[in-house]
Amino acid sequence: MTDHDEKRPHMPLGLALRGYTGVIQHLSTKDTGSALSDIELESRLIELGFVEGARVEVLHEGLVGRDPIAVRVDSITIAVRRREAMAIIVA
Amino acid sequence: MEAPLLHLALVGTPNSGKTSLFNALTGSRQKVANYPGVTVERKEGFFVTPLGRQVSVVDLPGTYSLRGRSPDEEITRDFVLGKASGEIVPDLVLCVADSTNLRLTIRLLLELKRTGRPMILVLNMFDIASRRGITVDVERLVKELGVPVVTSIAVRKGGTADLLALTDEISAKLAAEPQENSWRALSVSELRATQREADRIIADCVSLPARPDTWTARIDAVVLHPVGGLIVLALILFVMFQAVFAWAQPAMDLLKSGFDALGELVKATLPDGLLQSFLQDGVISGVGSVIVFLPQIILIFLFILLLEDFGYMARAAFLMDRIMGGAGLHGRAFIPLLSSFACAIPGIMATRVIDNKRDRLTTILIAPLMTCSARIPVYTLIISAFIPAKDVWGFINLQGLVMFGLYVTGIVSALAVSFVIKFFMIRDYAPAPFMLELPDYKLPRLKSIAIGIYTRAKMFLQRAGTTIFSMMVLIWFLASFPQPPAGSTEPAIDFSLAAIIGKALEPLLAPVGFNWQIAVALIPGMAAREVAVAALGTVYSIEGGKEAAEQIGQVLATKWSLATALSMLAWYIFAPQCASTLAVIRRETGSWGWMAVTFTYMLVLAYAASLVTYNVAVALGAG
Repeated sequence: MTDHDEKRPHMPLGLALRGYTGVIQHLSTKDTGSALSDIELESRLIELGFVEGARVEVLHEGLVGRDPIAVRVDSITIAVRRREAMAIIVA
Repeated sequence: MEAPLLHLALVGTPNSGKTSLFNALTGSRQKVANYPGVTVERKEGFFVTPLGRQVSVVDLPGTYSLRGRSPDEEITRDFVLGKASGEIVPDLVLCVADSTNLRLTIRLLLELKRTGRPMILVLNMFDIASRRGITVDVERLVKELGVPVVTSIAVRKGGTADLLALTDEISAKLAAEPQENSWRALSVSELRATQREADRIIADCVSLPARPDTWTARIDAVVLHPVGGLIVLALILFVMFQAVFAWAQPAMDLLKSGFDALGELVKATLPDGLLQSFLQDGVISGVGSVIVFLPQIILIFLFILLLEDFGYMARAAFLMDRIMGGAGLHGRAFIPLLSSFACAIPGIMATRVIDNKRDRLTTILIAPLMTCSARIPVYTLIISAFIPAKDVWGFINLQGLVMFGLYVTGIVSALAVSFVIKFFMIRDYAPAPFMLELPDYKLPRLKSIAIGIYTRAKMFLQRAGTTIFSMMVLIWFLASFPQPPAGSTEPAIDFSLAAIIGKALEPLLAPVGFNWQIAVALIPGMAAREVAVAALGTVYSIEGGKEAAEQIGQVLATKWSLATALSMLAWYIFAPQCASTLAVIRRETGSWGWMAVTFTYMLVLAYAASLVTYNVAVALGAG
């Protein structure tokens, strides 16, 4: 991780707009309002490749409420709702 | 002595090309059934290795982990662990990976290794990876992972040769050292650790090109555009339905004249009497009138399989997620609902991808409202008999437009029903997460699609040969017996059991404009919707003689009013009568109650829609 990344403010991926690029800092599944339990949500995010250090880029947004978003996670693209993406803290 | 059957299992993440590898290995030697107790499709195939070993291979449902969070994933886990009831523990597990996208599969493989099953990692779609500039140090990967690794190109002839050779090599020394199963469900931190480990191995063994697949990015720029994407989706659906109606016509005409010629042949060769009537009215015109729709069924499956293979289905789910969310549906419900256009049965079975129980139940309840291919015969028959084949605005076929309208009405009603369910039955609704991989686009694999269509067409023809055939025999019997007394002048059918039953039901159906012939046809339509057409054919042909059998459409045009025809169309948008769909709903929901709910609400909607349609049409002078 470079100094540049350290300086950028941490934010949930759920708030990122199209074109945003960043690196996953950590997962914080508390209080996202997801229907899944914290552990289940965290497990699923990891299974889809959302792990610390992965590069993310918001590629596309849906029509209604800019939701869901299509996120490039390293070498794959994952569609996820903003509600769940709130658990992914990026910088 | 011959070596015992070698049991292989294919495991992999969704989109890993598992099914095309399965098709490449086994060709059409496939058996599709269900796992006992659950409605997860069990696909088994057979092949022979170069050294002559007989192999059975099972294509397990795609999964990202062995946690088993849905019935599909549980099957995969239990099968690999040898806990699935009535299943043999696989001798060898083939872990299938998309070579362009190894991250998630390598993590799955690290988890699979703990089960102690002998395993091969198959780097599938290796040609695409090479073309993209992805290089894999296979030797190093073998060392790091501790399992044999082989590359394969499932879509190319001979592309699985290395895999077959390796299978022979490994199976020769199998069973030497049975390994301990040390697998248990991973905790979050173990999960994270395995993903880290996987990422480290990939960093060491795989070099990725600087740029991702540009084609996928370019296509997605259009297809996933918030507005443009929806227009593209609407266009695709429109073309699909126009195609099903228009392109299939020549092939259908050909089949139809074939059956007509066959009927003529029977008429010319056999003496007049019961046998001739049975063969011509019961068998040929009955079963034939259903088989004629094979081209349309092939076309609709062709579209669905093409879109699925291309990688578009996940995009459609992405585009529709929030829009369907407004009606209380999950984005993932889009795929099952789209499959329901072919047939509600695979559609309802496909709802297994929705892991939230309530979302799944809602989708199951409305899936039968999607216009399935079995309604196409009914629609086509009535539309071509009553709607003029003229063009509107110069380029849109009016018949096609009516067809499109019927589909749209089905969709709108489905959304409305879903909204009602959300509002009245599931009030404490928390939206289940929508998380879906959007795979890179891939050119559809023609052989794989051909096998897919072949399997479906075979199922349809088997149904025509069994269910529909036996229904037609029954209808013919009901319509022919008892025989009229000698010297009677009225049509023979008026004395038959069918007329008695139909006339008993007529008072119930008279308000919606149905005559007793339709009432008779609706009963066998319970077995399969398309039988209604065949039944009408049989009833009217026994009533009207041989000429009627050849031109059932024209007969209807003279016997029914336009209002009755429209009422029949409205009825069939909702038509609850398909016993197999109801059986699948019972199986999938595990409850007779939900089956009864589905049947009742659809029957009520059908009756109400027909009642309104008929009375409005009569009031407008179409009676």
